Amino acid sequence: MSVQRWTRVSLLFSGATAGIVVILALVPFWFGPNTTEKLTELFVLIILAAMWNALAGYAGLVSIGQQAFIGIGAYAVIVFTDHGINGYVAVVLAALFSGLISLPISLLVFRLRGGQFAIGTWVVAEIFRLLVTNDQSIGGGTGRSLDALNIYAPADRQAYTYWVALALMTALMLASFVLLRSRLGGALQAIRDDERAAESVGVPVARAKRIVFLLAAVGCGAAGAITMANTLTVTPDSIFGIQWTAYMIFMVLLGGLGTFEGPVLGALVLFGVQQEFQGSGSWYLVGLGAVAIAVTLVFPRGLWGALVDRFNIRLMPVGHTLRTLVSRRSES
Amino acid sequence: MSLLEVRDLEVRHGLLQAVRGVSFALEEGDTLALVGANGAGKSTLLRAIAGGHRPSRGQIVFGDRDIIRLPAYKRVALGMGLVPEGRHLFPSLTVEENLVVAERPGYWTLDGVLEAFPMLAPRRKSRAAVLSGGERQATAIGRALMTNPRLLLLDEVSLGLAPVAVEDLYRSLRTVIERGATVLLVEQDLGRAMALCQRVACMLEGRLVLEGHSGELTREQVTEAYFGLRRAGIEVGSREGSQ
Repeated sequence: MSVQRWTRVSLLFSGATAGIVVILALVPFWFGPNTTEKLTELFVLIILAAMWNALAGYAGLVSIGQQAFIGIGAYAVIVFTDHGINGYVAVVLAALFSGLISLPISLLVFRLRGGQFAIGTWVVAEIFRLLVTNDQSIGGGTGRSLDALNIYAPADRQAYTYWVALALMTALMLASFVLLRSRLGGALQAIRDDERAAESVGVPVARAKRIVFLLAAVGCGAAGAITMANTLTVTPDSIFGIQWTAYMIFMVLLGGLGTFEGPVLGALVLFGVQQEFQGSGSWYLVGLGAVAIAVTLVFPRGLWGALVDRFNIRLMPVGHTLRTLVSRRSES
Repeated sequence: MSLLEVRDLEVRHGLLQAVRGVSFALEEGDTLALVGANGAGKSTLLRAIAGGHRPSRGQIVFGDRDIIRLPAYKRVALGMGLVPEGRHLFPSLTVEENLVVAERPGYWTLDGVLEAFPMLAPRRKSRAAVLSGGERQATAIGRALMTNPRLLLLDEVSLGLAPVAVEDLYRSLRTVIERGATVLLVEQDLGRAMALCQRVACMLEGRLVLEGHSGELTREQVTEAYFGLRRAGIEVGSREGSQ
């Protein structure tokens, strides 16, 4: 039996990815704050797409409540800086804090299956939104500003925020790649295909689901914390809003559910559409919906899935190609 | 020492007590059929033994170890192979891949399973999603065998299958048992269960109301216990079973 994991193209692309990250790190030296602010938004979209894909595309956990962790991440930055922690250290701590909060939440929502799980996660997000809305110490319904980053000159602050966002995106993508390529990645796909079947062949179902849920919560918390540092202001209705989940689903379905590269492609498409048409009011949202419907009808496996079908390329392979050569004879 | 010993087990579904104080034992090589009407608690009991449902009381001793707190995947590693109700295969994998993913070292190999379940041999390269019900069940049993279990737990093997498919499956199961498998079978088909297994135990409303050797119990006795017609008049076999 032989197992193929890397191809020549994927090895070359992995090397090129490291080069792209280095070039991206140099962007603040070449371009102004407007560009870095836009790219920071793109990094947030890529993180969100990758995390939702890990949850739904690999583990079959279709959550529509990841905005809970986005909001927790954003508000945790405010709370940590209120306690005297540096703003950028607070961004990293906020991401970890979101992961910590996800563990007790997982005990509750993992009792639910399928559609119940999806609605359950949304309910959890709404509960957090209401709790924050009713807490005047963090601004209540009108939200809060992040004053702690005002110690930096605006151009420096934008560059630091950009670098933190780039570092977190790289770390989270790497963590996601390593996780999905590990034995746990195979376990998650088995759970996605059939949880009872996975359980019956010895897959640690609860542990595997909890690990990916934790990773996604850390990622979404990081996205919220970066958004907080990028925009410097937040309201509960915007940061805990369901639109985040709509964006995640859009990016992942458009790019290719259950592929590592697809959600990044989906994030790039959404970012481009946002930049071009965001000023078009409600027609922008109608356009997003129309694009999603058209792509899922024409390319059911997403844009990346269509490219894989056409050219059989895998840039970041997380799966195994198993070839059975001979079957062993049973012996007593 | 018994391979499996269930002592005073109680399992709840919320407020509903599905299994009430059930005790029995299985020796290595034993075959026991758990029969009973819908809702009697058979599948819940089986899932509790396999680790899919946490009991509220009692003990489950496997080998020499109390496994009541062990998660399902560790019970598989200890040697419990569950064939869940409803088959539950990996639909995107082929029959062969479904079998190979479960492989653990031991007597049962891919070739051995295909030999015991001849209906799978011509379908080994077919995706599980396109199999017939009987082929899916055979694959599910084969997959459990590929884990080389010390105890094979079978839940509702014949449920929803055509008679001819059930006949094929039971013929294969006889082969599996002849090769020394220890089997705990949950089944609603009394006749087939009694013909396949050495012992039969009947559940009613969560309790074990009848237990004995298949050859010593009459079909009428089991049927009456099955429907609760002579519940008070029938004694449950000793807790050690008929060892």
